[in-house]
Amino acid sequence: MTTTTTATTTRPTVATVWLDGCSGCHMSLMDLDERLITLAGLVDILHSPVVDPKEFPQSVDVTLVEGAVSSEEDLHKANVIRAHSKFVIALGDCAVTGNVPAMRNYWDRSDLFDRAYVENAQEPPTAEERKAILPLTVVPPLRPRATPLHEVIKVDLYLPGCPPPADAIWFVLTEFLAGRVPNAMSVSRFGK
Amino acid sequence: MSAVTSTTQSITLTIDDKAISCRSGETILQVARENNIDIPTLCYLEGLTVWGGCRLCMVEIAASPKLHAACATECTEGMTVRTTSPRLKQYRKMIVEMLFAERNHVCSVCVSNGHCELQNMATKLEIDHVRFPYRFPRMEVDNSHDYMRLDQNRCILCARCVRVCGEIEGAHTKDVKGRGVLSAIIHDLDEPWGDSQTCTGCGKCVNVCPTGALTHRGTAVGEMTKKTEFLPYLTLMREVKL
Ligand code: SF4
Ligand code: SF4
Ligand code: SF4
Ligand code: FES
Repeated sequence: MTTTTTATTTRPTVATVWLDGCSGCHMSLMDLDERLITLAGLVDILHSPVVDPKEFPQSVDVTLVEGAVSSEEDLHKANVIRAHSKFVIALGDCAVTGNVPAMRNYWDRSDLFDRAYVENAQEPPTAEERKAILPLTVVPPLRPRATPLHEVIKVDLYLPGCPPPADAIWFVLTEFLAGRVPNAMSVSRFGK
Repeated sequence: MSAVTSTTQSITLTIDDKAISCRSGETILQVARENNIDIPTLCYLEGLTVWGGCRLCMVEIAASPKLHAACATECTEGMTVRTTSPRLKQYRKMIVEMLFAERNHVCSVCVSNGHCELQNMATKLEIDHVRFPYRFPRMEVDNSHDYMRLDQNRCILCARCVRVCGEIEGAHTKDVKGRGVLSAIIHDLDEPWGDSQTCTGCGKCVNVCPTGALTHRGTAVGEMTKKTEFLPYLTLMREVKL
């Protein structure tokens, strides 16, 4: 497998990204345990919550994406990932179905904000105060709905599971590295 | 339909290139299962009347351009049936994907996680994502009964609960209201379950429900398991009495 990155070797390059998820899928990745050492010998991990570089690299062979697309920032990241990755894997139910982060979709945003920041406040805020309280500036704005990754970018492989078991992640990665497109449903399912 | 009458004849047909004989009046699904040929189903349940609603059991019959519901189609002499094909696989996947997109299925936090016929069907049909946009409708949960719950978010409108309640328990507490995407399971005249004067509290509906829509209260994620063994037994007893 060839790569156009500045990596010092021509080993396949991997990125992992954490959008609107609980980090559980990355925990499952960590659960590869000693296989992580084997993995480190097979690929270069260019970008991930567990490695330093903050900018998404120019080109990556395979990117695993955890989490639903909930905020405008998530959407921006998803587009960058797609433009700079040869192969995108939706990792886990939040990325594949929306899962728990999408449970907010049953209400509209202003009702959600009122529930979280107004109704539960000890002193009911005035209309002026309400504006100041709501998370509408500084933090990335919430999109009207949290959606699965494939509703905003093309996804090449889906690995469902909440989280997908470490063995399933290992199977998918090693199959991919061997040049095969794995059948993820043979090793995981929705929920799990 | 299952009554064996003096006019019963023997029929020969072909299912998936296998020559098979059966009795007249038997459905393609019954004969396929007797011969260990697997046809996926969701609304069909042995012991209840045929509903023909989920369309998962669709099969191809030679010389017919249409697809036919195996659970609701009787075998005829010389019929040639195919239970799997790329076209059938594609339609079955689409049907199950639409069920997921229609309401809210969050398996990771569902009491039926790991024991659900819909979830198992997705795995069996290798559905790794849903190609239709999710509707994310806001659905009611009826918590009014002392020990059972109806969560509309997880309902696939298979009407197994309606049939078991009317046909086996004889209560007919449950029914379907509305049309199309607005259809929903109701109790009596669309009242809270806990207020129902007709419900005997037998729990049969909970046990035949294929998903996490009907459950026992007090179950946590993945704890709800169902038992349907009672059904063929009760049906048999009823037939013996007749
Ligand atoms: S009913 Fe079945 S498919 Fe739906 S959320 Fe529960 S486990 Fe998943
Ligand atoms: S508990 Fe029994 S009587 Fe009550 S709704 Fe369910 S099936 Fe009908
Ligand atoms: S409540 Fe359960 S048994 Fe009744 S229609 Fe819905 S999914 Fe089917
Ligand atoms: S099982 Fe035949 S239509 Fe549902």
